[in-house]
Amino acid sequence: MRPIPLCAVALSSLLALPALAAGTPKLTVYTYDSFVAEWGPGPQVEKAFEAVCACDLELIGVEDGAALLSRVRLEGARTEADIVLGIDTTLIEAAKATDLFVPHGLETPELTLPVDWVDETFLPYDWGYFAFVYDKTRLSEVPGSFEALIASDTSIVIQDPRSSTPGLGLLMWLKAVYGDEAAAKWAALAPQVVTVTKGWSEAYGMFLEGEADMVLSYTTSPAYHLIAEEDDSKAAAEFSDGHYMQIEVAGKLASTDQPELADQFLAFMLSAEFQSIIPTTNWMYPANLDPDALPEGFDTLITPETALHFSPQDAEAVKAAALQEWLDALSQ
Amino acid sequence: MARRTQPVILRFAGLTALLLVLGFTLGTAGALFLAAEPGRGLARSDWSALRFTLVQASLSAVISVVVAVPLARALVRQSFPGRSLVLTLLGAPFLLPVIVAVLGLLAVWGRSGLVSTGLLAIGAERIDIYGLWGVVLAHVFFNLPLVTRILVQGWMAIPAEQFKLAEQLQFSPADMFRHLEMQMLRQSLPGAFTLVFLLCMTSFAVALALGGGPRATTLELAIYQALRFDFDLAHAAMLAGVQFGLCCLVAAVAMFLSLGVDFGAGLGGPVRHKSLRSSQTLMDRTLIVAAVAFLGLPLLMVVVRGITGLIADLPDGMGPATLRSLGVALISALVSLGFALVLAAWLDRLRGPRRWGAEVIGYLGIAASPFVMGTGLFILLNPVISPFSVSLPVTAAVNAVISLPFSLRVLLPAFAQLRQSHGRLGDSLGMSGWSRFRLISWPVLRRPAGFATGLAAALSMGDLGVIALFAPTRGETLPLYIYSLMGAYRMEAAAGAALVLLVSSLALFWLFDRGGRLNAAV
Repeated sequence: MRPIPLCAVALSSLLALPALAAGTPKLTVYTYDSFVAEWGPGPQVEKAFEAVCACDLELIGVEDGAALLSRVRLEGARTEADIVLGIDTTLIEAAKATDLFVPHGLETPELTLPVDWVDETFLPYDWGYFAFVYDKTRLSEVPGSFEALIASDTSIVIQDPRSSTPGLGLLMWLKAVYGDEAAAKWAALAPQVVTVTKGWSEAYGMFLEGEADMVLSYTTSPAYHLIAEEDDSKAAAEFSDGHYMQIEVAGKLASTDQPELADQFLAFMLSAEFQSIIPTTNWMYPANLDPDALPEGFDTLITPETALHFSPQDAEAVKAAALQEWLDALSQ
Repeated sequence: MARRTQPVILRFAGLTALLLVLGFTLGTAGALFLAAEPGRGLARSDWSALRFTLVQASLSAVISVVVAVPLARALVRQSFPGRSLVLTLLGAPFLLPVIVAVLGLLAVWGRSGLVSTGLLAIGAERIDIYGLWGVVLAHVFFNLPLVTRILVQGWMAIPAEQFKLAEQLQFSPADMFRHLEMQMLRQSLPGAFTLVFLLCMTSFAVALALGGGPRATTLELAIYQALRFDFDLAHAAMLAGVQFGLCCLVAAVAMFLSLGVDFGAGLGGPVRHKSLRSSQTLMDRTLIVAAVAFLGLPLLMVVVRGITGLIADLPDGMGPATLRSLGVALISALVSLGFALVLAAWLDRLRGPRRWGAEVIGYLGIAASPFVMGTGLFILLNPVISPFSVSLPVTAAVNAVISLPFSLRVLLPAFAQLRQSHGRLGDSLGMSGWSRFRLISWPVLRRPAGFATGLAAALSMGDLGVIALFAPTRGETLPLYIYSLMGAYRMEAAAGAALVLLVSSLALFWLFDRGGRLNAAV
């Protein structure tokens, strides 16, 4: 027997052609990278769904939410995807405008979202509150609102709204709190912004290195450190202004060749089985799970009194202007 | 007779290579442009992005080049234990994933880094590097070693006999510089400057992370925004066009300034400098120590963190991701070598405007935005074949195109030297084809070819631009894997993976570079 050359191994794994099991229908779901990672929800979701669907569930990871949408746009009707899972509410209007998605046709159950959900095309599977995360051992005076943050000398690191969902979320957050005054608030906040990174990872890494007192992330971030690392030094600052929400959704593509299977997946997505995988793999709140069923550690997280959220239409309407304000304020 | 047919094959192969480069660069941008209605012109923010891009790229390139000249000379004329290690380490910063290098740099220069901690300890203020200077600092960190390595190659290309002769003629160091080294620099520097300038121009994550905010925006971010945020393909294509235009301009100016040099033939022996004054030696050594500290400290932080990470958290997917990356890098490197050898051999025979034109096109790969290239290829391939199924060939070809400018930079002078020193010998022996290549050309070319292949391998090892659009589920390469680990809060594991990436890229680079040098200095 000859040893298989290294490059052949690499070649075969790179091509990674899906196994063509005879007769088994295949459902292809496009999602973002971290969903399919070995530590993400993907592997467990795949196992659980394949146990009930008599099908082959193929999860394909494509960078992030924005990349996901641009990918299906590029592929158009020729896409292999049956379902797109992982865009958020700021992208929904743009996604609908492509006419690539069809209504899910499911009766939306009573969801465990802080806001009402009515959308005939997209169904939410998880959500989270944006928040500034800090290290309790490093920051003693924690601001409790944007006013307090601006008045303090607390340094922050944030993400660029053009390349990052949390970055865009912060844009929406200030807009939701301050409306027309958002531009002035950004200008006042600008000196405290240490830097603006391309993505969440860079910002969070820099925060952990001590480059800034706080980082824009989620209220659920401390749960990771607590549960996975047994480290209770991280906390999210609760703002009395309320916290802007991110809601992550999935939708069915019009070009799907497996419409029934796609419906079955969307229904499965809201089942307790799928939903209970989410908290400790995606580190977000499940969209349809009794709060009592959340894993231990989630009870230590802050629960903002006011949930701020723009409807997809409103988000689309304010997006461009809010970005311009942000650019102008931080380019001074 | 055989000699008459050879250029035809060469011309064909060279033209094919050139067309491939054009297709991957301008072609992909064109595909984007045609896929959408032409939209708006350059916005105000695009202009400011353009301005910042030019300023930071010029500063980074000038500083890298100005420091690299004395550093390369010091490395060539001083022998000290560990010199070979230092030469290999010079390849390291360049091949780190940006995010890892940035965190390493911040561990030294950041607000909680070594320098600031030291300054606070003696009662001084901490430093704040965010802004233009942070960006330039990072770019010098990436590119100073690259220019230094290119110049070291240049110095090595001056036949040792020339230095011996100069010594016998009792040249002063100034004379030596003017007659020998200056000539070599005029040949190598414009190209090296162009490389760094273009690399900094397309840099994106560095500018964002260290720039301190949207005032430090590069054109590349504007392209990303057009593609992802606005989904304005035509605008992205136009910005890519501006980027290509700038690239051609810079490359053309550099070529105009560069000089063909004929050092004559030598036996290819090593250079020995005997008459260095002690003040020169002191200066050389100080410079080497300073450079090693500047480049080595952030790397050391990456290594220390990596070892801690590997001990603490070793994810299962790391092994397969590493193997996959090594496979891609090896294939890309070999494709790139073939590509570069053919093109360099062909270019070497061209003269005048055609040579300029062809060489400028060779540079385009570096000015291409990976996003535009990836998206354009996607648009071109998607109607024909599933982009997933061709991810490996596409990645290898793209990496070859991207690393072509580096390989050309190193191989072209070698080909020129080969023609001048051994061309007549080959002709008089009537040798041609394979035997001529094997017996005459290869011994001269193997050192630069080894270096170029090592660079190409290391480059594609660290690449994540284009493959992101094509890589299917769990087919991720090591750099993508590092990003996913970081995206899942697993910073320690990511640091461990970064160390694996650093070591395996360096090992690849070392293997090829060493392979090229082995027995070559006879």
